[in-house]
Amino acid sequence: MHKLLEDRPGKEMFLLGNEAITRGALEAGVAVATTYPGTPSSEISLNFFDISRQTDLYFEYSTNEKVALEVAAAAANCGLRSMCIMKHVGLNVAADALMTLAYLGVKGGLVIVCADDPFMFSSQNEQDNRFYAKLSGLPMVEPSSVEECRGMVQYAFDLSETLQEPVIFRTTTRINHSTAVVSLGSLSERKTGGNFKKDPFNYVAVPAVSRNLHAKLLKNLTEAEKIAEESPYNRIEGIGDLGIVVSGVSYLYVIDALNELGVRDRFKILRPGFTHPLPKGMIQAFLKGCKKALVVEEGEPYLEEGVKVAAQEGGLTLPINGKRTDLFSRLYEYDPAMVKKVIAGYFDIAAPADHPLDLSEVPNLPVRPPALCPGCSHRATFYVVKKAAGSMEYMCTTDIGCYTLGFFPPLSMGDFLICMGSSFATGCGFSKATDKKVVSFIGDSTFFHSGIPGLINAVFNHHNLTLVILDNGTTAMTGHQPNPGVDMTRLNMTGYGRVSIEAMVRAAGVGYVAKIKPYRIQKSITTVREALEYRGVSVIISEEMCTLYAKSLQKGGSRPFYVSDKCRNHRNCISELACPAFYVEDEKVRINPALCAGCAVCAQICPENAILPVKQE
Amino acid sequence: MDITRLIIVAVGGQGNLLASKVLGEAALAKGIPVRMSEIHGMAQRGGVVESSMVFGDAQSTIISDGDADVLVGFEPCETLRALKKCSEKTVVITNTSPIPPFTVTTGQGVYPDIDMVKSLIRKKTRELVVVDAAAMAGKAGNPMAVNMVLLGALIKTGVLPLSAEDVRDAIRTKTRKGVVETNLSAFDLGYEAA
Repeated sequence: MHKLLEDRPGKEMFLLGNEAITRGALEAGVAVATTYPGTPSSEISLNFFDISRQTDLYFEYSTNEKVALEVAAAAANCGLRSMCIMKHVGLNVAADALMTLAYLGVKGGLVIVCADDPFMFSSQNEQDNRFYAKLSGLPMVEPSSVEECRGMVQYAFDLSETLQEPVIFRTTTRINHSTAVVSLGSLSERKTGGNFKKDPFNYVAVPAVSRNLHAKLLKNLTEAEKIAEESPYNRIEGIGDLGIVVSGVSYLYVIDALNELGVRDRFKILRPGFTHPLPKGMIQAFLKGCKKALVVEEGEPYLEEGVKVAAQEGGLTLPINGKRTDLFSRLYEYDPAMVKKVIAGYFDIAAPADHPLDLSEVPNLPVRPPALCPGCSHRATFYVVKKAAGSMEYMCTTDIGCYTLGFFPPLSMGDFLICMGSSFATGCGFSKATDKKVVSFIGDSTFFHSGIPGLINAVFNHHNLTLVILDNGTTAMTGHQPNPGVDMTRLNMTGYGRVSIEAMVRAAGVGYVAKIKPYRIQKSITTVREALEYRGVSVIISEEMCTLYAKSLQKGGSRPFYVSDKCRNHRNCISELACPAFYVEDEKVRINPALCAGCAVCAQICPENAILPVKQE
Repeated sequence: MDITRLIIVAVGGQGNLLASKVLGEAALAKGIPVRMSEIHGMAQRGGVVESSMVFGDAQSTIISDGDADVLVGFEPCETLRALKKCSEKTVVITNTSPIPPFTVTTGQGVYPDIDMVKSLIRKKTRELVVVDAAAMAGKAGNPMAVNMVLLGALIKTGVLPLSAEDVRDAIRTKTRKGVVETNLSAFDLGYEAA
């Protein structure tokens, strides 16, 4: 049994924030969960995926976040409690659905988990998704700790059903990826088997209907604000006359800072957890007892602006600050020492001086950037394309996945990237705007996610570019989730279809389509050269399973290679492939047999044929 | 209760997250408040994995520069890189077997001299415990048990509010059945060596 299915209320478990969120949803009786994977939210869906195989919970990896939200929206409007999970930028993809779904509303509870990533540990931007709540008019809750997640998810489901609106459950990386002791509640029974009651004049968003629905949304928003005023998740702590308004994970840093400074008794804290709409009356009542207030929040001044508006409307003139060059930044994530320092400075509190270590003697240390794995098929494909292009002048648009790492030297195969699915369409633009050859890379999962419209655009508008689809048979970057191209029988799972990338590409009317096996270097180079020389849209599908995934399916087991005495130290293997299995010892190239995946790519490019398979004993 | 802050740094694949999980479960079983945070976005791709654990009455799950009471480095160069988390009061435990990053192979960087690493850390912090964890893991019969050797050395320093038996219990219940025995031997070897 999955550990999150244990029905022992009161039991304490050491859970990851994402596990606590999953558990909260199970306790709330969630019946449908949909997602497109994205760090830092991925473990929520990995858990649901496992749990759906042991229970009657329906879970799906949808093709993208918009699809995921649409599926969940339908289920919720059949009265089923549903959850849709995504990372912050996923909500950009789902935003079209979100905005009008807010008009239609829901019948069963719908909670949209969206995980922001301040500091961009694994994201292309650090946008603050709290503004989506404001933009859409939907209620939003934000936990401050792992422990709070479980109960708050249940609250979000109840709130969604009370207001008949989806609720945004917004987290940040430090909530999703922190672990703490969580006390379990009881699991409730799932209500499955929904029922849709036709009501087209409230469900079909044509202008005449939407005019009424927008008015309904605003009414719900007023109702939501009343609930926010009474919400147990919006609370005031302490009785001092110095005020701090804080939401999200920063609350923990504030508490630790005040304790360490020994000034907890001088402060009053307002911690909104129900953060859209903000409880204006509560904020005004809070500010009335304060001489001065500081707003602590990572990201944009969302809370700060709300607090200032409330103060203005309440005729309150105390100083209220947050984002300011000498206070808090809009950049990156916060930490306890930094929050302590700002609090001490803003409120004139004596803080013990810190004595940072003098690190001037520490030499420049070699960096350890993430790299494509030993034997990664993407490395082989990049090498092949590079060799096929030869002296041709070209540029590469790339996309989001492990293969983004190919932009690092020496491969250097990535010149432009903005978002999921962008490589084909930006390739179209570059090919029109310049006379350079454009090569666009995309992975299989990202192709299905949002690459297909770019492909169709290229054919229809007759662009001249080569599209390379890197099909490694899984969504590797986020932890090997399936995608529509994956053969699910390999995972011993039935009841799934399978979409052929090749058939899709051919159906789009692409003039040149070829498949390569990237580990076969010479043959692949010849094929890719043809594709590059083709005028119009050419597509290469590079097929080779992710080495990590193959290992997990126990499909690996190729013999490792070693560098024999024939080596003349050309070092093409290192300087052109940069496979991490190589190292240099006593000025000689070596291969770490524990890392080598046996792909044999280096053996094919060695000018001395010095790289050979280790003999089996 | 007193607050103890622990940072563990490692290279992806060294078992840092399992080590922190064992400590967390040991603390939970003993009723010690514990919180943890980890950054492992691209760890499988050879990057650095950092976990921070806070024991006692604190709320935060992350540890600011200079605030670590104890630092455990699974790889000597990474131990030195994490020195900014330490103060002159910090106890440091480091493995001595290097895993040079690929940038050293390509000549973009130079791997630091191990003796220099040790003397620098020793000079800047309260105490440095040096363990050849790879060799001891091999001796324990499981080369993957580097993490358990270092847990042993960590517990021996007495900085954490956990006893060897607390951690042994967590190893017994929270690590894979087939490797419990070698994990326990690795833990004991690390404990005795420190």
